[in-house]
Amino acid sequence: MSLTHLQRLEAESIHIMREVVAESENPVMLYSVGKDSAAMLHVAKKAFYPSPPPFPLLHVDTTWKFKDMYALREKAAADAGMQLIVHKNPEAEAQGINPFDHGALHTDMWKTEGLKQALDMHGFDVAFGGARRDEEKSRAKERVFSFRTANHRWEPKNQRPELWQLYNARKAKGESIRVFPMSNWTELDIWQYIHLENIEIVPLYFAAPRPTVERDGLLLMVDDARFPLAEGETPQMRSIRFRTLGCYPLTGAVESTAATLPEIIQEMLLTTTSERQGRAIDHDSAASMEKKKQEGYF
Amino acid sequence: MADTETIYKTDALISEDIDAYLEQHRHKTMLRFITCGSVDDGKSTLIGRLLYDSKMIFEDQLAHLEADSRKMGTQGESIDFALLVDGLAAEREQGITIDVAYRFFATEKRKFIVADTPGHEQYTRNMVTGASTADLAVILVDARQGVLTQTRRHSYLAHLLGIRHIVLAVNKMDLVNYDQNVFDAIVADYKTFAKNIGIAAFTAIPISGLAGDNIANASAQTDWYAGPTLIEHLETVDVATNAASGHPFRLPVQWVNRPNLDFRGFSGQISAGKICVGDEIRIVPSGRNTKVQRIVTQDGDLDEATVGQSITLTFEDEIDCSRGDVIATADAPPAIADTFEATLVWMAETPLVPRRGYWLKIGTQMVSATIQPPKYQIGINTLEQLAAKTLELNAIGVCTFSTDKPIVFEPYADSKELGGFVLIDKMTNNTVAAGMINFSLRRAHNIHWQAADVNRDAHATLKDQKPLVLWFTGLSGSGKSTIANEVEKRLYALGKHTFLLDGDNVRHGLNKDLGFTDTDRIENIRRIGEVAKLMTDAGLIVLTAFISPFRTERRMVRDMLPDGEFIEIHVDTPLAVAEERDVKGLYKKARAGMLKNFTGIDSPYEAPESPEIRIDTNAMSVEQAADEIMRKIFDA
Repeated sequence: MSLTHLQRLEAESIHIMREVVAESENPVMLYSVGKDSAAMLHVAKKAFYPSPPPFPLLHVDTTWKFKDMYALREKAAADAGMQLIVHKNPEAEAQGINPFDHGALHTDMWKTEGLKQALDMHGFDVAFGGARRDEEKSRAKERVFSFRTANHRWEPKNQRPELWQLYNARKAKGESIRVFPMSNWTELDIWQYIHLENIEIVPLYFAAPRPTVERDGLLLMVDDARFPLAEGETPQMRSIRFRTLGCYPLTGAVESTAATLPEIIQEMLLTTTSERQGRAIDHDSAASMEKKKQEGYF
Repeated sequence: MADTETIYKTDALISEDIDAYLEQHRHKTMLRFITCGSVDDGKSTLIGRLLYDSKMIFEDQLAHLEADSRKMGTQGESIDFALLVDGLAAEREQGITIDVAYRFFATEKRKFIVADTPGHEQYTRNMVTGASTADLAVILVDARQGVLTQTRRHSYLAHLLGIRHIVLAVNKMDLVNYDQNVFDAIVADYKTFAKNIGIAAFTAIPISGLAGDNIANASAQTDWYAGPTLIEHLETVDVATNAASGHPFRLPVQWVNRPNLDFRGFSGQISAGKICVGDEIRIVPSGRNTKVQRIVTQDGDLDEATVGQSITLTFEDEIDCSRGDVIATADAPPAIADTFEATLVWMAETPLVPRRGYWLKIGTQMVSATIQPPKYQIGINTLEQLAAKTLELNAIGVCTFSTDKPIVFEPYADSKELGGFVLIDKMTNNTVAAGMINFSLRRAHNIHWQAADVNRDAHATLKDQKPLVLWFTGLSGSGKSTIANEVEKRLYALGKHTFLLDGDNVRHGLNKDLGFTDTDRIENIRRIGEVAKLMTDAGLIVLTAFISPFRTERRMVRDMLPDGEFIEIHVDTPLAVAEERDVKGLYKKARAGMLKNFTGIDSPYEAPESPEIRIDTNAMSVEQAADEIMRKIFDA
């Protein structure tokens, strides 16, 4: 009996999660409600069964996620029997930081700063993230255990070598580790796993008629009344779906009719653009993700 | 470019019958391989080509790539595939890869994970890292250059890390007019070398990463070559992900699963063999036997499980088992030992300090280990055995080491999981070395500790005291001995049994063979620590007065003793004050260059970060200092 590649990936991810729980003091799982988070949470349930995963879920909220995401967030945590911590950066909230008026500052304050605040406030020493190495060039060199200084900075030149399946989780007080148990999965693997394991995901991944406007080459969905329409701009109903989910004003949709998982996978395989293309954040510069990571973005 | 046509992605199946495609994809196996070559052998180009040919490059990435190629590429107007895989900004500018990058692509039959590792000599560390998880190694050779020193080095490392499948990819065949003689000569040359280092077999393929020859499609330019293309070989090579399945069952316990009083399971990933419900198993090192009651997963209980699976076992009997233990087939359990010979690859800027304690992680076990000076270092280019006193970054050496308690192990050749380990610096927590156990030097279970009836508790009870080590540390001339003497007098007056260890009674006898180099200083403190420990076993309160400048050594002694028995007392005197006093005239000599390695002058003093007691000698007299210590430790 030889394991398939998905079985190998799942077993590896379970191994990583158990190592963290055995060797850290106060771990947390970052949960973004996207498909990668959904797959990661599913693996976590398997890793510790029959116990519930022995750590809480943390959602660093920007208040600008899609409505459907908020709905699934509560349900997923309850189904897993896990505590859900929602953190919103109070400064960003007070200043009314939003993606329409504040551009890059929106991501910086809500996500980067918000994440640091939440980790510090609860004293989490390890945070699981659902990032994959196939997402982006600088991720390809990321370790599974990624060390952050007490100021949450990532030093790309100063990461520990990882050999075999031996992860060194020792750290000084104040330092923390971001652990990426899904590092070796690809986008196709994630979809295939969601399909095989019947994992519940946000309906926005499936095509449906939705109100949209076109801005700067991105197809944006008008998810609520906060969306400021330009003069003469009327939302158009289009059959769309999302390949990745983030803040709705920053996440581009694709026109699609794929309404089932096999159809989504089919479309993904036949498509000619990468999944991050729908994210405004990556277009800044070739090395933008690396810069953001050094500053503490996940 | 020879073949931009799709070759191994089944487009037709995807568009016509996605369910059939998904079913096929679901049964794919996985191959992890590493590519190694010198800086200009075209590694990144080859990987870029594999991704491109398997359509893992999307249009938007391709657009970026084309723009980047014009801006900083080295291929004129053509696409520079290397830019696809050179990830971090710094190295993109330098045009070389400087770390391990993992890449993914799939064909109809397999999913592949490629570790891309650099060819520079100083980056042995990265290649070893990439090789540790690889089933196969692609060794790239530039057809114009032939087998180089680097080729030998990469092959040696791949072999050292236990990779059994070696592919010799003779690249840039387009630049030698696809000449068979060139290829044959390189293969013959490599064969001689490979045999010397113990590589029994390898597969040689003539390719061009740039032009795509023999990557996915058989090249029309090499009709003299009848073997597989690179992709065909990677797809079909039998690496049996369950290579370890013929071995007896092993499961290093990661975590004890106790959701409630009725369930007690032991979670881990099977590192070898298979297990069935009802199988007789042994817990190592305790040696207790029991039977498997259930194999628990969220998808339902299993009847059997095999190597690679992450599972949870329950036992028929309630016996002790915890993280670090290994669950094994009862009639073929792994051995335990505490002294070994290993091959070490040093991975840190700070060299090995022989006899200093490091954390050693092997499987799920974490112990303290002491490394002896290397027996020899291996000259990575010549493969000669060289004399060495230490190991520096990227050095490979053979050493013996001992652990503070026996560990469950197997030689690396039999088990990567129970034979491969990392060393961790106790102060910085960095991973400083990778090691592979060659064999144990003696079996720990042959050493029987004398289970004395009169044990340390009995000694302490008779003396009516709690054994302690009061460890005074501070600069020369800070007043350690004076204060320790004063404290000992007061303890004596209280009827306590004490002993004071200081330079006078240790340096002249026990440690008279030691000088003042860093290595000797470490050994000095180690011996003092061991003596102090024996004395606490005898029930004594031990006072020590040594500069003991390094945190790691003080930590080592602390770790030798039961919790709460090591009291670190920092006699804190500023250097200027100690030098001003200069009771023994040593600072003057050191300043004059007559004393080498003098703490505070040309050797560092690492002040304790959180000592149990800190004595500020500027603010306290000797009597006040002794009062303070007596009050804090003995409430007296």
